[in-house]
Amino acid sequence: MTSPLEQKKIRITGPSVVTANRTWDGAVIYRTTGRAWSTDLSDAAIVRTSDTARALLAESVDDDVGAIGAYIAPVAVEDSGEIKPGNLREHIRSEGLTIDLPVPA
Amino acid sequence: MYAYDELDRTLVHERVSEFRDQVNRRLSGELTEDEFKMLRLQNGVYLQLHAYMYRVAIPYGTLSSRQLRALAHVARRYDRGYGHFTTRQNIQYNWIKLAELPDAMADLAEVGIHSMQTSGNNTRNVTSDQWAGVAPGEVEDPRIWSELLRQYTTLHPEFSFLPRKFKFAITASDHDRAAIKVHDIGLRLHRNADGETGFEVLVGGGLGRTPFIGKTIKPFVHGHDLLSYVESILRVYNQYGRRDNIYKARIKILVHELGIEKFAQEVEEEWQQMRGSALTIDDAVIEDIRSRFSYPAYEKLPHMPEELRKAAHDRHFEAWRKNSVFPHKAPGYAIVTLSLKPVGGPPGDATAEQMDAIADLADQYSFGEIRVGHEQNLALPHVARRDLPVLWKALDRIGVATPNVNLVTDIIACPGLDYCSLANARSIPIAQELTRRFANHETATMIGRLHVNISGCINACGHHHVGHIGILGVEKNGEEFYQITIGGRADEHAEVGTLIGPAVRYGEVADVIEDIVEAYLALRARPDELFVDSVKRLGVEPFRERVYATR
Repeated sequence: MTSPLEQKKIRITGPSVVTANRTWDGAVIYRTTGRAWSTDLSDAAIVRTSDTARALLAESVDDDVGAIGAYIAPVAVEDSGEIKPGNLREHIRSEGLTIDLPVPA
Repeated sequence: MYAYDELDRTLVHERVSEFRDQVNRRLSGELTEDEFKMLRLQNGVYLQLHAYMYRVAIPYGTLSSRQLRALAHVARRYDRGYGHFTTRQNIQYNWIKLAELPDAMADLAEVGIHSMQTSGNNTRNVTSDQWAGVAPGEVEDPRIWSELLRQYTTLHPEFSFLPRKFKFAITASDHDRAAIKVHDIGLRLHRNADGETGFEVLVGGGLGRTPFIGKTIKPFVHGHDLLSYVESILRVYNQYGRRDNIYKARIKILVHELGIEKFAQEVEEEWQQMRGSALTIDDAVIEDIRSRFSYPAYEKLPHMPEELRKAAHDRHFEAWRKNSVFPHKAPGYAIVTLSLKPVGGPPGDATAEQMDAIADLADQYSFGEIRVGHEQNLALPHVARRDLPVLWKALDRIGVATPNVNLVTDIIACPGLDYCSLANARSIPIAQELTRRFANHETATMIGRLHVNISGCINACGHHHVGHIGILGVEKNGEEFYQITIGGRADEHAEVGTLIGPAVRYGEVADVIEDIVEAYLALRARPDELFVDSVKRLGVEPFRERVYATR
């Protein structure tokens, strides 16, 4: 569980999600509003305040069996409601490599 | 090739069983991630952006065709059909599922391959010259000593919880292909004035956040004393190395802060207590290890067979032969480097199909043996020169005969932000763009030897500090920027490169490298003055001026 000291440090400046990697295969996952995980960013619970971000992260970290390394990541929410990754790192995690795989998937 | 004995085989299989149990306990929730993390790291299992990454050791870069087929099998069955050869003679798989890892490990164990100590704060894979045992003029095969160190350091309790990771590299040639000066301990096998074989021992080299070139701590240590001397170094490091700050925990920091004289004195005092102890290696041990390496029965073959004469009319073959074929200690034979740097490809990647095909070609043309170099290429170490034309055609068909070895497109690159959780910026797309810019073989040959190294973060897995041109990805306000250094080198004259100026944007990197190369072509004293020698002679200023004058 994230320590209270670390949780105090959490400050978000815009819409955010909690993301992690799935334990059994390492896949990128997002915390949903239903206290579950999804591999689809569009299912992610959006938090907009530091307090709700802290709470969502704490709940996510509690699931040590299902997920590894949960953290808060920025997103952009389009007018259409579509959720987009908030930076290049998260874009790569969500959308995949920016290069072609040596072997086509 | 080295043949494992029963002890080795048992150790590897027991490790698989142990890890299978640990994985099961992790997946059932019996082990927390905090408890499991160190266990997986000690078996080479990282968590990256998209998945687990599994790093497998290829000790001193030597593989049998059977082992390479097993690596291909793991890529095909448990991953996405390819693997990535690294700068430390490892292979990494990028998409392994934790639940399937024990099965992959078990399959590798069948051919004597494992991932022990490919991560964690312990002694890592012992690396060596990929031409070991076949390079002309070599003092002796350094893999014998690499194997001795591998056996000694594997699962050694005193070296399993060091302040930080610890890397050995060994060479026995005048030209250093193992980058020993940028390792925690670098060993150069040589003969002293009395004709005895021993080691120049260097300590405290390393790259990462704080790069240092290794310093000679002892010019000659007899082979019999190698283990006691190395253990003395590790004991001093274990005692004084910092555990309070991960960025200051490597031995290079300790050597720097104590000074090499003081550090050497500490080691000497330790060694005087250990010298002559049970760690003294007698000849029988060395001979036993030597006897487990098998060497091909070379035929007596001509240096210039008819097949080569005929093929010399094919300019594509000649371009490849001049670039990728190297002298061998046995007359009539050659060492052939297989470029894993195709134009537009990710450096160091090989598909399962390529690995299988290379294994077949190794059986047919290289006594079933393959080597892995720290430059992220492969080599066939025992090729009869008469077979070169037919081998070239086969290598070309599978895309590993790009004649760019040691040229500007033979780029060393880490996986970067496309894969790595530590990276700040992408490496592979930069490398791909550079290979397209310099794809013309005549141009690349005219430029000559030029090593470009790319790292996606300060941890320097792409060894950017010692690239003739080094490219380091950094992040500024959420955007990828790249610092450019020039004048670095990783060989026997190793140096850390010098920063030429402010970092440039992602989209500018290839243009900047082109500018640097154009400046070099205009400034070099003669066509055979290498890029790195021009930088040494001129300093960075003319290159800085060329890059930033219009930016």
